[in-house]
Amino acid sequence: MIRHLRSAADLDADTATLILDTAAEMAALAGREVKKLPALRGRTVVNLFYEDSTRTRISFEAAAKRLSADVINFSAKGSSVSKGESLKDTALTLQAMGADAVVIRHPASGAPHRLATWVDGSVINAGDGTHEHPTQALLDAYTMRSRLGKLDGLRVAIVGDVLHSRVARSNVLLLTTLGAKVTLVGPPTLIPLWPGADVSYDLDSVLPDADVVMMLRVQTERMQDSYFPSAREYSRRYGLDAPRMRKLPDHAIVMHPGPMNRGMEIAPEVADSARSTIVEQVANGVSARMAVLYLLLGGKA
Amino acid sequence: MALPRAQTAKIILSGADLQRVVDRIAHQILEKTSGATGTVLLGIPTRGVPLARRLAARIHAFEGIDVPVGALDITLYRDDLRLHATRALGKTELPGDGIDGRRVILVDDVLFSGRTVRAALDAISDVGRPSSVQLAVLVDRGHRELPIRADYVGKNIPTALEESVRVSLAETDDGVDEVKLTGGVR
Repeated sequence: MIRHLRSAADLDADTATLILDTAAEMAALAGREVKKLPALRGRTVVNLFYEDSTRTRISFEAAAKRLSADVINFSAKGSSVSKGESLKDTALTLQAMGADAVVIRHPASGAPHRLATWVDGSVINAGDGTHEHPTQALLDAYTMRSRLGKLDGLRVAIVGDVLHSRVARSNVLLLTTLGAKVTLVGPPTLIPLWPGADVSYDLDSVLPDADVVMMLRVQTERMQDSYFPSAREYSRRYGLDAPRMRKLPDHAIVMHPGPMNRGMEIAPEVADSARSTIVEQVANGVSARMAVLYLLLGGKA
Repeated sequence: MALPRAQTAKIILSGADLQRVVDRIAHQILEKTSGATGTVLLGIPTRGVPLARRLAARIHAFEGIDVPVGALDITLYRDDLRLHATRALGKTELPGDGIDGRRVILVDDVLFSGRTVRAALDAISDVGRPSSVQLAVLVDRGHRELPIRADYVGKNIPTALEESVRVSLAETDDGVDEVKLTGGVR
């Protein structure tokens, strides 16, 4: 098993499949009366969050607690970081406290890679800048597999602000490893050229052939320039509304990593439709993260 | 350095023996549980699960009673997780009506240190509250490290610690039913 999960590229097809299979077992355990499992008793997991996050932090916390690990939450706000402590010094502090795993979210791309050189425990990337968010890709892949039965040969359209999206990058890496075909869709200003993924600037032409449509949030906080003329124009060309949703094949699903801008990239009637897996993705997130924590920390260090 | 001596592999139960042993345990279960009323068979993966299914099939053949069968993976309850590389999880599938108030019979292939059974007892208490728990094993090879014993034993095999008992079943191991004792120096 790998020691860190810094990037979706750390995972080959066999390891990724093992994580998804383990997540399926974890999901089955979530239905029982006693949800707690003793597998990580005595291990310490630190959530080191330098950026705001609700679902990812809570999801990691729930996952670690269900496996009986001790969880320490550390958010940059109200900590020594606001007094100017560097990432390295914070890392050494955590190291001294005996963290077996550090889950890190950081605005700087590559922070988890640096962190992994300073601490002995496992490092799990929970989102670094515009770079990667591998556990999100795992939960997305798990959701696709549980809804559609397979990943190999699946046609996945990732729509919107791909340029700033760590979710999109991790998904492209993981999904292509597992045999899916990914098409990136959005305005040319927001679509990078990535190896392994096709590109389209026309959402309507992609929809009839898609098994999965993944809508991305327009990340206004990462946009210092004007990438499109107006929110209304973006929404009209690349937003998923009810008439567009009807162009999808009957089995196709609509995903969104959250948080959503309802009415911007996704219409409320789409987000609340039966095709939408948005709430499922949150539940699957806990199972996928339990699988990652168990596989990284469960065995001999 | 001493030269390694020839390894022995001795067949302890042939396919036909194994079938007879399963038949006998099925009869014993019927006898001891007054016709397997309120009983659930829970196999411990990997080989406990097909054994539990075989027992249920034999009980059905003998008395026409359908005993619910399930699988109980105990990986996450093991006390030796940290001593080995991470283990992949097996499947847990409980019968539809659950195990509350039932007599659970745990089924496994080999009883050795007793640690697997201890883990299974922990796992059971997290999924329900059976009225009682019994244990059925194909082979008891001794060397218990915990105060645990089986209620139904297919065959007692005295072994040396360095020997290993290899159970193969048609469902899980290339279609051959057999129990072998390998390793050790004789």
